[in-house]
Amino acid sequence: MTAPLLEVRDLKVYFESERGRAQIVDGVSFSVEQGQALGLAGESGCGKTTTALAVMRLLGQGGQIAGGQILFNGEDVVQFDAERLRRFRWREVAIVFQGALNALNPVQRISNQIMEPMMWHEGLSAREAGLRAQELFELVGIERKRLTQYPHEFSGGMRQRAMIAMALACRPKLLIGDEPTTALDVMVQAQILDKLNQLRRELNLAMILITHDLALLRETCDRVAIMYAGKIAEYGRSDAVFANPQHPYTVKLLGASPDIHGDPEEARRVLTSTIPGHPPDLLDPPPGCRFHPRCELAFAPCHVTEPALITRGPDHVASCHLLENDTHG
Amino acid sequence: MIDVQHATVTGPLELPRRRLAEFWQAYRKNRRGVWGLGALLFLIAAALLSLFLPASFTHTGAVADILQPPNWRHWLGTDELGRDVLALVATGARTSLLIGITASLISVIVGTVIGVSAGYYGGWIDEILMRITDIFLVLPWLVLMLTLAALLGPSLFNIIVVIGLTGWTGTARIVRSQTLSIKERPFVERSVALGAGDLYIIWHHILPNVFSLIFANTVLVIAVTILSETSLSFLGMGDPLRVSWGSMLYHAFDSGAAALGAHWYLLPPGICVVVAVMAFTFVGQALDEVLNPRVKRS
Amino acid sequence: MTFLLSRLPRAIFTIFIILVINFFLFRLMPGANSDRNLVNSPRFSAETKAQLRKTFGLDKPLGTQFLVYLANTARGRLGISFAQKRPVSDIIREKVGPTLLLVGTAEALAIVLGMSLGALAAWRRGTWWDIGAVGFSLTMYSVPTFWLGILMVSMFCVGLRAFPTFGMVVPGEVHASSWLYAMDVIHHMFLPVVTLTLVLLGGYLLIMKESLTGVLAEDYITTARAKGLTDSVILSRHALPNAMLPMVTLIALNLGFLMGGAIEIETVFSWPGLGRLMFESLQSRDFPVLQGIFLIITIMVVLANLLADWLYLVLDPRVKA
Repeated sequence: MTAPLLEVRDLKVYFESERGRAQIVDGVSFSVEQGQALGLAGESGCGKTTTALAVMRLLGQGGQIAGGQILFNGEDVVQFDAERLRRFRWREVAIVFQGALNALNPVQRISNQIMEPMMWHEGLSAREAGLRAQELFELVGIERKRLTQYPHEFSGGMRQRAMIAMALACRPKLLIGDEPTTALDVMVQAQILDKLNQLRRELNLAMILITHDLALLRETCDRVAIMYAGKIAEYGRSDAVFANPQHPYTVKLLGASPDIHGDPEEARRVLTSTIPGHPPDLLDPPPGCRFHPRCELAFAPCHVTEPALITRGPDHVASCHLLENDTHG
Repeated sequence: MIDVQHATVTGPLELPRRRLAEFWQAYRKNRRGVWGLGALLFLIAAALLSLFLPASFTHTGAVADILQPPNWRHWLGTDELGRDVLALVATGARTSLLIGITASLISVIVGTVIGVSAGYYGGWIDEILMRITDIFLVLPWLVLMLTLAALLGPSLFNIIVVIGLTGWTGTARIVRSQTLSIKERPFVERSVALGAGDLYIIWHHILPNVFSLIFANTVLVIAVTILSETSLSFLGMGDPLRVSWGSMLYHAFDSGAAALGAHWYLLPPGICVVVAVMAFTFVGQALDEVLNPRVKRS
Repeated sequence: MTFLLSRLPRAIFTIFIILVINFFLFRLMPGANSDRNLVNSPRFSAETKAQLRKTFGLDKPLGTQFLVYLANTARGRLGISFAQKRPVSDIIREKVGPTLLLVGTAEALAIVLGMSLGALAAWRRGTWWDIGAVGFSLTMYSVPTFWLGILMVSMFCVGLRAFPTFGMVVPGEVHASSWLYAMDVIHHMFLPVVTLTLVLLGGYLLIMKESLTGVLAEDYITTARAKGLTDSVILSRHALPNAMLPMVTLIALNLGFLMGGAIEIETVFSWPGLGRLMFESLQSRDFPVLQGIFLIITIMVVLANLLADWLYLVLDPRVKA
């Protein structure tokens, strides 16, 4: 067993405000191997984007890493100094944001934006960087001549692909995609997904995909982590989780969704609407299991102690008190 | 974007006491607004009090009294004609506030008429009115005002008209965008469907919803107008028969007060202008916050 | 090039309107008439008056007058000054330079300082920089420009005797070299420029701060950080080019205010430019000169606006030419 490329151990991200401390991410652990895709799923506000940003230490005003380790090839990113961090970013891990217009600098040509990290990190000349940018565009399937255009001249799908090209500029080992297909129409989504899969195979790229799109999870991700209120509810190989969900939250999510080969729009809508109630206030989370106020199966221990992650299969864990004395799902 | 949801749909003049109390509760939270309001009341009180000053206070004094620094008889000293500076400043408050408020009302009325017409009728009326607005924006306002004042002769009436007719552009723009968004709302469509005439819709639907916006805007316009009047007067185009803060500075400058170090003459009028402008600005901003709540960005 | 083609018609139209306004103001306003405003100075001889009447076509019908006016203006014939009995265009030509020097320097300084301090205030939100900057801007907004000038004169010219109180150079002085001449001008120019800069600074500072604060919250800045770029590179290559756009708009809007400030400052410091000329002409009701100044200053502002429009176009690729 090779060591995983990325291993996150007990990550905690807190946000301090006048009203108190919000525990946005509270003890999250997972790992990603080279060439593997991990899906981070959950309702908005569950902490998935924060976790991903934390891996690159991009939190800024959104919070601070308060504990835990982020081991990339054995080195703890949390301990990196400014210089090491600078060399780490984009070269080893890169990120692709949602394809909205403002994810790319509106007053700079796309070519410059793609060439920038190459020239910065690897000292390439403008000509060399330009050639590589053309290759990248070919890789993602955009005509070369569009390189000199500006972001507002691209359609949503093209912008997303341009951002993927830009992310691959320094040949990172890990690519993080934050909602890469939201805000795109169905046809384009399928294209982007195919492209991502293809790249993963060709480049042996590791990926973390943040999404609330179940279709994406099932089609692209080898493993999946379902997050709720800053904690991991269920985690493991995606076929196992989908076939045999263990956490009541996951059951609800998947149980309510129709066949994934049906309408993906429908699937997406499910995650945000069918579970009654709303996510807890992270400034003052409920005691015990954070899901218990919305859980029909909640019983005595749920109000008092937080459940630990219980093994349910060779690569499948879930945190729920119901599973403690139960040996099969 | 302005949130029209909370604007009133009823007539512009209804203010039951409960609403006034609610308004004050909200307004109180803005510290600068409260300070501004206090300063304004003080200035208005000074202006009103000046009406009761015995005439002798602003009469030319004895030669020995010229340009005296502050002393027991004249708390702020005297000017180059021997007059009491404190009395002059209070009288000046009257003129500056009067011109400030009247000229602003003219600006706002003109601006509202233009803004509503452009927004409501649209089409070529909008085009023409906006072109005119653009041209007015480009013209250097002080040059225009001074020229008009020189041609028409600097009387109180002329100054008010001149300032009023050059300061409407800001109001016109805001009113126009607000009108555009109100025009789309369901209750307007319903009125149109019921056969209501243009003027009816404008008076009963558009204006009441634009009112709170204009109210805050007017106060901010007053701040600018006071500065305009002060500049006009300093450059010699104020009404020569009236004392205003600007004209005081004109005479101070003219008589070499700066060279003579007569700070008691130079500082008070200027400080009053600064305080007045800041006060109106703070009050205007506070009113805007209270009356026109905006959706906060997360 | 395409820019000129699209914007020029509008600029020409605006200038035409200004010419019409100029014509209307000085010849047709109630209480004003061409004779009084152009010709009827007690200091002109009868022959001069007759000559002027002929040049300006004052005895012809209105339509023809307007055409004569346009032709004259195009040729630079703007009338004869009542006070100086010289062609207005000559007088104006002498005064344009000093004014451009004054406003040009002040505006450039205000923009540079405003941008830097505004960027600093945005970068360090909530600290004393931020609060102090906002307070300063608000105060400067409320202070009458000329009053600030008078205070400066009082403090530095009279009180400390560090700077001269008037003029552009020491009157009557013959300078041994151009370097010494330049030094003298700078010595005289220092306070007026500082005053005007302070007044303009506030607005630019605030706009820059607001704009940059907004820009720093955008996703592409996070992307830039994710790329491993240093803060200074992010600021200069990604944040500022976007944050500067509202500045250009403000600069354009401010141009009218700038000329107003020039009039006040030149009056207080007796700086020999168009502003002071305007003040003197107002005092002496020298209408031909007033008409000329109105025209020249207004056209200058229109052209500067055109320049600012072009600058915006260059900086923001989203705007179609």
